[in-house]
Amino acid sequence: MLALKGVTRHFNDVAALQDVTLELGAGQVLCLVGHSGCGKSTLLRAIAGIETLDGGTIAIEGTPVSGDGIFVEPEDRRIGFMFQDYALFPHLSVRENVAFGLKKLARSDRANRVSDILSRIGIEALADRYPHMLSGGEQQRVALARALAPQPRLLLMDEPFSNLDRGLRDRVRHETLSIVRDLGMTAVVVTHDPEEALAIGDTVALMQKGRVVEAGTGERIYDAPWTAYAARFFSRMNVIPAKIEANMLDTPLGRFHAPALDGEPHVLLRPQSIILTESGIPGVVVDRSILGEIEELRIAVAGVDDPLIMRGTSRHDVHPGDAVEIAVKADEVMIFPQDA
Amino acid sequence: MADLTMTRPRRRHFGINVWAAGAFAAAALALVPIVTIALTAMADTGGLWGHIVQFVLPQATWNTLVLLAGSGLIATIVGTGAAWLVTAYDFRGRWFLEWGLLLPLAVPTYIMAYAYLDILNPLGPVQGVLRWVLGYSSPRQFRLPDIRAMWGAILVFGFVLYPYVYLTARAMFLTQAANVIEVARTLGVPRSAIFWRVALPLARPAVAVGVSLALMEVLNDVGASQFLGVRTLTATVYTTWIVRTDLAGAAQIAISMLAIVLAMLVLERWARRKQRFASAAQNARQMQRQRLRGLTALFAFLFGALPIAIGFAGPALYLIVAAIRRIEFAGFSNALLRATINTVSVSAMATVVIVLIGFALAYAARLHRSAWTEGAMRIASLGYAVPGTVLALGILVPVAAFDRTLGNLWHAWTGLPGTLLLLGSGAALIYAYSTRFLAISVGGIDAGLSRIPPAYDYAARTLGRSASGTLFAVHLPLSRSALTAAGLLVFVDCMKELPATLLLRPLNFESLATLLYGEAARGTYEDAALAALIIVAIGILPVVLLARTSSQPAA
Repeated sequence: MLALKGVTRHFNDVAALQDVTLELGAGQVLCLVGHSGCGKSTLLRAIAGIETLDGGTIAIEGTPVSGDGIFVEPEDRRIGFMFQDYALFPHLSVRENVAFGLKKLARSDRANRVSDILSRIGIEALADRYPHMLSGGEQQRVALARALAPQPRLLLMDEPFSNLDRGLRDRVRHETLSIVRDLGMTAVVVTHDPEEALAIGDTVALMQKGRVVEAGTGERIYDAPWTAYAARFFSRMNVIPAKIEANMLDTPLGRFHAPALDGEPHVLLRPQSIILTESGIPGVVVDRSILGEIEELRIAVAGVDDPLIMRGTSRHDVHPGDAVEIAVKADEVMIFPQDA
Repeated sequence: MADLTMTRPRRRHFGINVWAAGAFAAAALALVPIVTIALTAMADTGGLWGHIVQFVLPQATWNTLVLLAGSGLIATIVGTGAAWLVTAYDFRGRWFLEWGLLLPLAVPTYIMAYAYLDILNPLGPVQGVLRWVLGYSSPRQFRLPDIRAMWGAILVFGFVLYPYVYLTARAMFLTQAANVIEVARTLGVPRSAIFWRVALPLARPAVAVGVSLALMEVLNDVGASQFLGVRTLTATVYTTWIVRTDLAGAAQIAISMLAIVLAMLVLERWARRKQRFASAAQNARQMQRQRLRGLTALFAFLFGALPIAIGFAGPALYLIVAAIRRIEFAGFSNALLRATINTVSVSAMATVVIVLIGFALAYAARLHRSAWTEGAMRIASLGYAVPGTVLALGILVPVAAFDRTLGNLWHAWTGLPGTLLLLGSGAALIYAYSTRFLAISVGGIDAGLSRIPPAYDYAARTLGRSASGTLFAVHLPLSRSALTAAGLLVFVDCMKELPATLLLRPLNFESLATLLYGEAARGTYEDAALAALIIVAIGILPVVLLARTSSQPAA
């Protein structure tokens, strides 16, 4: 459906995109995620044809649209684009905004299409309002309706939920995704929020400095990341100093089986991989905080620079200064080569 | 070109190159007069230049600099003070002041000077009243110092040009001040110190922009300084050309004026850059006005009304009285009617041309934001800084050469006598207006377009509209108010324009401004008051509309 090969783009001398290669099947949702400036939005814009390429190719449904001397203008790509701030035309009503991309249809078809999509998204009541009269969530829905109305081959969304309040965001995200899935729409979503990426992407592509660091299903990329960068991006991590001696990993928290590695290992441990036990490694509680369902303890352990962070759903009756003993779930220790 | 585009984000696929080509053409046309002056100035002057440098230039330059400094200072104080008064305080009559303070925009400098010459004449109304109050019976016993002096010119220019500062400063206070002032209050700045500690520093770039625009008006003026007997550089260019018929000498003085212009351009550019920085935190919320009551409110109103009285009400009243007397005495002459029709039709034509070119330039720069299109826009806008006399000089030479060549060709081909196509038809006039006022339209439209986020373009494009389709569906509707405003400003400016009209008009063509100038220069006060009144009256309409649009937060 969508194929990116070696996509490269420079701004002045800064590489915004370097050799990005990704594929996306029909009806799939691809999530581009990364910190700001990682190139995810540039990639989205390149797919839309708002940005040109310096190298590589982009093909939609097998037809090349960018690269190799080919450039299809954005208006001829049949894609839908949802902008972060929605970019609703302020001088047009909701109905006119949604009809904006339907210029080629006959008047009656256009009206039907508009009312179809408005009722599908559940915003018929807003049809005659103007953008400034809408709440953030309503604007988001109108932007979605406008992008979907021309029945694009591909829906591109740039941070579609980041302008919404936290409470509203989860609900709108859920609704939006179910509409996209119901329509069998192929979509590329850009986000900076790791949880959002894991929640919505069939494929999640983590980007850094214009490159795709790692791509895969959300489950795989979270549970078994290939890189320390991915591991630390999607989850809070404790960094454990370690040495490899005789195929064994030697750490202040114990000895573990070690894979064959060149050089120093980079050892990470999730907060939920640490538990309190009767007899283990001694530590001192630094503080305890309740994050709702989760309890977080910070525990100082000899040999580890920063206090270890431990999280779990069970409550412990401990106070700062208490001596505790901890254990580590050995099969959850993550060992990577040092990042270049 | 390839090298330059390589270093910037390329958008070469985005749009049609017709726009860029048009932009470069407009820039080239705007550059012709300036190049011409440089070439003419290099021509042999036959010994007059030594005379000019020795006897004319030093005094004229000094006069010009003193006039610029003095009127700039007055415009700054009055404009900024008035802007703060109407944005920070609320009192009975504030609404009236808010738009009334713009009214002097309708009064060109030469009309202001023309009016005050008569108002403050020893036999005029003001001195008459003063003598009556003080108990004198004859001007010989008591008279005010003659307004025909540097101080008179400074006051006249300052009080008629302060609205430039008022407009920019008020816009800054309206859009920027609220947040910063609230923060400053929470950080312990007392209300009384807000103006000096926060508002004034904040408005400094806006004030600088306004002042540089006002000063360019001063430099442009040819009528007022002549009426008031101040020999400025502009007046010197005019007399060197017209009286001494020394074109090269005039061009050489013009070049030295361009040096001053350049200094002001640098000031304006600097200020605008600062302003762009400041407006990065755009916030249209208005600040809470402090309510004034009783005597304080009255004083505030009187303080705000003073510039309107001096810069508008005084001259307007005088003109009305003088015009009524004239109509009672001689009716509405045909000459005046012709001049009115001439003025309105040439100004309207020029406005259409200028707005179209301005839009093309601004849109080209939006489609292909590159060093080239931005350069084209900047060059095309240079004319606003070039004084009308200088500009006319730079246009007359190439246009006359073109007309001569064409006339000769026509004569050779048909045997009929050749005509001056461009000069004779007034096309040269429209060319001059376009060069001079293009900046107003480019600037206004570019500002209007830049308020349209690029995401709108992208949204329209991904929704299937082409670049020109986007223009009609998105940009034109969203920049309509900017276009209207640009058109209005350009129209009034064309209508008021004196120096270039004086020098480039077709034979026997009088505009209202040249009619007035001619009579005032001859000392025959006949239709002049009526002509001035018409200019001011037409000038008020756009001011009223400007007042309406500028009081709304930017769309």
